[in-house]
Amino acid sequence: MDSMLAIFLRIVACGMLIGFSASYYGAFVVQRGMSFLGNGLAHAAFGGVALGILLGQEPLYVALPFTVLAALGINWLREHTKLAADSVIGLFFALSMALGIIFLSRVPTYSQDAMTYLFGSLLSVGVTELWISAALAVLTVATFPLWPRWAYSTFDRESARIDGQRIRREDYLLSVLIAVNVVVAAKLVGIVLLSAFLVIPAAAARLVSASFAMMTTLSVGIGVFSVAAGFAISYQADLPSGACVVLTQILLFALMFALNKGGIKWPREI
Amino acid sequence: MLKVESLTVRFGKLTALDNVSFALQGGEFLAVVGPNGSGKSTLLKCLLGLQRIDSGSISLLGHSPEDLPSSRIGYVPQVKTLDRSFPASSCELVVSGLRRRWPWRIPPAEHERAEAALRQVGIGHLSHRALSALSGGELQRVYLARALAREPEVLVLDEPATGIDATAEQDMYDILDRVNREMGVTIIMVTHDWLAARHHCSHALLLKNVLIASGPSLPALNDANMALAFGHAGHDHAHGHSHSHPHESGQPEQPDG
Repeated sequence: MDSMLAIFLRIVACGMLIGFSASYYGAFVVQRGMSFLGNGLAHAAFGGVALGILLGQEPLYVALPFTVLAALGINWLREHTKLAADSVIGLFFALSMALGIIFLSRVPTYSQDAMTYLFGSLLSVGVTELWISAALAVLTVATFPLWPRWAYSTFDRESARIDGQRIRREDYLLSVLIAVNVVVAAKLVGIVLLSAFLVIPAAAARLVSASFAMMTTLSVGIGVFSVAAGFAISYQADLPSGACVVLTQILLFALMFALNKGGIKWPREI
Repeated sequence: MLKVESLTVRFGKLTALDNVSFALQGGEFLAVVGPNGSGKSTLLKCLLGLQRIDSGSISLLGHSPEDLPSSRIGYVPQVKTLDRSFPASSCELVVSGLRRRWPWRIPPAEHERAEAALRQVGIGHLSHRALSALSGGELQRVYLARALAREPEVLVLDEPATGIDATAEQDMYDILDRVNREMGVTIIMVTHDWLAARHHCSHALLLKNVLIASGPSLPALNDANMALAFGHAGHDHAHGHSHSHPHESGQPEQPDG
């Protein structure tokens, strides 16, 4: 049986790995004005979790393809209609929630899994979750060579297209990776607070960053620290994990806001 | 240098460009002029390989736009369409043009190259300035520097006077005139400002979904053609500022009316 210290360290390590991936993609989410996407995908994950519970399968394995399909659907519908992104995301958000509620209504017994995914639970952090988080972090590192492309199309899509970037394909890939992040993080942080978890570190970093490279680096730093600290506080104080993470992030956001008002930016502007 | 033959582009039932043909020699300064919705921007997108064409052909520097290496083209978008909230400096923006990717970090040699391009357009001192702190005219110059840093054969500009004040507009046209005459760069500029087109451009293309006129700017933008395109002759109502005329030296241009 694991010692308390081993469980604690596993929880913090898992938090740091998830915080690293989520806050890295968060830099693109925030700068592209796609913050609502995190919310939409989190609720798509709820539909997948509910389907998994109904089918008697591990919810994560059903939520993953379900959420990835939702991400692809959002991109596809944006491309093929003149609807604004928030309208399309809102449609998938509502569809997934409606399906999730119907699926859960067909489950004959109360499901603790549904509550775990809605509000997050550190008790769910096992060795499997640690390995999945590590795999996700490795996948995120593997996408580092794409950073100059994603950053370029984040700034100016037209110039990126002229310079030969296949931005449609790159957008789909980014959305799928964000969807995978959302599903993996959902169990620990909870669907309700997941989009904040994706957005706040990057938004805080934006306040004191004079370059997008610095914004990405700071976002990852804030994400890793706040999730690890939030999980540690949650474990020690027996409080809900997602709420502890988000409150830690809000504190860091307030600190960055104060630095911003003090005229501090990195690298220094002239 | 540029040859467009029977170019037709449709958006559903709307025909944006209908059987447009024209040619341009290297070293010329072309204005693409027309009212809103006349197909100017569609033509520009076709030249940049961003718009599928329904029929016809385009040959730019001997290539179709899709096959043309982007390093041979310098593109200056409308400054009003850009995301000023993006955390970046002028230098990073210029380097993005050199690399055709966004830079994570900039080594000294590349930094020096970017600064040289910024000095070329008179804003070397703004190298570290955040994009959000630049005026419209300064940002336009940074984009010009970005395009020129590639040492392009063709410079393409989309409504370059939009979003900048009259002084900055005059400064920008002075730079374009110099780039065209001294560096021999061919310039293609989409504009609704027919007055600037008459004063600064050697050639003009007048569109209203169909080609109304093309050729040397003064005859192409004569009163009869302007009346066909805009519904009135080209009178100078809206422009309080003046334009010098590098292509008609010794023969001052008088706006009609």
